[in-house]
Amino acid sequence: MAGLAAAFGSGAMTNSIDEVEHTDLILAIGTNTTENHPIVGMKVKRAVRRHGAKLIVIDPREINLVKYADLWLRQRHGTDVAVLNGLMNVIIAENLYAEEYVEKRTEGFAALKKVVEKYTPEYVEKISGIPAEDLKKAARMYAEANSASILYAMGITQHISGTDNVKSVANLSMLCGNVGIEGGGVNPLRGQNNVQGACDMGALPNVYPAYQAVNNDEIRDKFEKAWNAKLSDQIGLTIMEIMDGALSKKIRGLYIMGENPMLSDPDLSHVEKALQKLDILVVQDIFLTETAKYADVVLPSACFVEKDGTFTNTERRVQRIRKALEAPGQAKADWEIIAALSDRMGYPMEYASAENIMEEIRTVTPSYGGITYERIEKEGLQWPCPAPDHQGTRFLHKDRFTRGLGLFHAIDYIPPNELPDEDFPMLLSTGRVLYHYHTGTMTRLSKGSSERYPESLVEINPVDAERLNIKDGQMVKVASRRGAVEAKAQITPRPAEGAVFMNFHFHETPVNRLTNPALDPIGKIPEYKVCAVRVEAA
Amino acid sequence: MDKKIPLTIDGKEVEAAAGQTILEVAREQGVYIPTLCYMEGTTNVGACRICVVEVEGARSLVASCCTPINPGMVIKTNTSRVRAAQRLVVELLWASGNHDCLTCEKNGDCDLQNLVYWLEIEKPRFRIEPPGYQPETNNSMIQRDLNKCILCGRCVRACNEIQVNEILDFAQRGSHAKVGPAFDADYINSQCYFCGECVEACPVGAITFKQARFKGRPWEIRKVKTTCTYCGVGCQLDLNIHDGKIIKVTGNRDSNEPNAGSLCVKGRFGLDFVSHPDRLKTPLIRKDKKGELEEASWDEALKFVAKKFQDIKKKHGADALAGLASARCTNEENYLFQKFMRVAVGTNNVDHCARL
Repeated sequence: MAGLAAAFGSGAMTNSIDEVEHTDLILAIGTNTTENHPIVGMKVKRAVRRHGAKLIVIDPREINLVKYADLWLRQRHGTDVAVLNGLMNVIIAENLYAEEYVEKRTEGFAALKKVVEKYTPEYVEKISGIPAEDLKKAARMYAEANSASILYAMGITQHISGTDNVKSVANLSMLCGNVGIEGGGVNPLRGQNNVQGACDMGALPNVYPAYQAVNNDEIRDKFEKAWNAKLSDQIGLTIMEIMDGALSKKIRGLYIMGENPMLSDPDLSHVEKALQKLDILVVQDIFLTETAKYADVVLPSACFVEKDGTFTNTERRVQRIRKALEAPGQAKADWEIIAALSDRMGYPMEYASAENIMEEIRTVTPSYGGITYERIEKEGLQWPCPAPDHQGTRFLHKDRFTRGLGLFHAIDYIPPNELPDEDFPMLLSTGRVLYHYHTGTMTRLSKGSSERYPESLVEINPVDAERLNIKDGQMVKVASRRGAVEAKAQITPRPAEGAVFMNFHFHETPVNRLTNPALDPIGKIPEYKVCAVRVEAA
Repeated sequence: MDKKIPLTIDGKEVEAAAGQTILEVAREQGVYIPTLCYMEGTTNVGACRICVVEVEGARSLVASCCTPINPGMVIKTNTSRVRAAQRLVVELLWASGNHDCLTCEKNGDCDLQNLVYWLEIEKPRFRIEPPGYQPETNNSMIQRDLNKCILCGRCVRACNEIQVNEILDFAQRGSHAKVGPAFDADYINSQCYFCGECVEACPVGAITFKQARFKGRPWEIRKVKTTCTYCGVGCQLDLNIHDGKIIKVTGNRDSNEPNAGSLCVKGRFGLDFVSHPDRLKTPLIRKDKKGELEEASWDEALKFVAKKFQDIKKKHGADALAGLASARCTNEENYLFQKFMRVAVGTNNVDHCARL
């Protein structure tokens, strides 16, 4: 997000999901779309099979989309910047870039040009393993398309170079004039139902709703008036810094609403120690999660079918959820609990309904200014939607970037933080599978998902399996510098030779005991996609 | 502007756009032509012949779903010849399957049942001879009974043209023809992703939601439109509620975006957690760090938290407190949570797991 915001002035998906089906070319990099965003995956497949769009997949793993691709570039894990620079090297060398667009709508091109000069296809082949000819073919295909959409997800962001990766994706898109047009753009696919909304609403340490900086005096003044309170001008801590703070006793009390860091954070034993050090841990959730087990107070909340409200999807569309059932026992909607707690803390919050809160949100969140429950009753609206007569925004940066000119960033490739060595000779990458979601607290209770994918599996390439003498279905032990877990082997050509893939849905196989907590210095995202492991029969 | 084509339909003179089919024009004009194999957004195959109409000068009845209009065409949709053909089609379909509405999940929402009623057929002229397939009940999500299949191919097109999963197709020929995954595999033993598109496409009771069986009739169900709680796509879906429970989930087709009624396995079959007995029902407090979590009232729990937070704030400052909001909760809740941390607590230590 930080990467896109720096390049364009907004971190949100630039275009709409529907546009993916009707574009000329789709470049999917670091997104296992058919499993993680199946309905977007469906549109990609329809674009290819029914509307003649071209598809380039850049992924180290042989994901399902590869079957539909015109071209598959299988890069070594974590070499995305080199690959993207290589594509731009070819496009610039062969003069295929959008010269007029670059001149009129962007800045920083000279520096970009200089840095990508050394990323010749041959040099990139050495780093990434992608044959130079394939890279050239992909570069030409992308540059020659009238409209080309880039899709990416956590395969791009969950690296120490995550922000660099995103900036490189933005570079490529701008270079060919694809930002600000129908069917084009840079489209990060959000993994969770309301990540976009949580960010929009200011559930971030540095910004209020609509990304308004907490350390800007004018803005803070506005919020102090709106909320009738004195506000801190200090930027707060991120999730990883909060955990570190708990360990050092800088943080004494933690309030967690609907999150399960005891399964989702990298290096779980670190989180475990941090949570135990707290004077008070309050967890508000629908189940007694792994995290809630460490809590001093657990507050029962209603789930999404038991309350009213809105979610904002990955394409910035604000849509309703509606109460269909009563919550079990004494469970309450999260907003009711927060308001009740606030009352006790001496700051009364009086809201009669979720709609009431939205009315307040509109007044302090310019991009949501025109969004009312009445207007989104039938179909959601896409922000920016600043006024009640505004129709919402299908794609961003038309004619002008949010920040004015699009900014190219000259980026050099840096290798992942931890690569295989003698002691830990294989590479582990983590992610989701189709049938489960995040830490599994919901999908694992569903009959169907559990029937289709009942236990954690380690995907191992047949060549490695033979070398390690591991049979399909056999229990294996996967160990990193930080810990070890056991799971069944699934022998499949999906992972590259020398790499294994695991999911993080099963608490019995807490794969984040293995992952590397090394962070991207700007996005503060851990490098879930690469760490070194040793695999052996259990 | 597209060129307008003049034609006559059931005696009414109308104009339509070049390239439209007779069926499309009829629907625009509010003229009812029944269909079975027709499915919007997919290839017109003209397989079932229920949509036949009479066209002046044509040698035989034509399938309206795949016949483009011509200037001056004179179309009749309700002649006795048309009705006789439609009756024959329906009677043959009825006779070639086990269409037993008494125990059928589709009863009340079945295209074949509706056609029998509409055409006022008492019973088929032919002996009823179902093929005798074993119903497929070996997975917990989708039930298939090919004895009720009318071979319209809608499931095949749903799988190949809408979801593009490319699992289902026709196999065998003539009276042995059937639909299914390759090598006659059951769904559970195929690559099927259980998106459920075929279930919604099926006009009869051949493919149904297994867990909804015997849980509620179509006319008893209350549908509540909502947004899926899984990934960031935000699919619009209908919770099908009966007796205080979600009995199944269907795609909502009110709007084209973002999903136009299509769903994936998680949104479709992943809501069992809602009514799971392990749901938290009461606040819990651990009064002593080494003790257990014990049930408490809201009053006790909130008082306990407020006091602890205030003590920490007094002793160590507001920045000794932190909060994690949630990418699963609503906008309204995230807004209120950050406001709570910033105002009631007084710190900007608020984040959520967007990064994970």
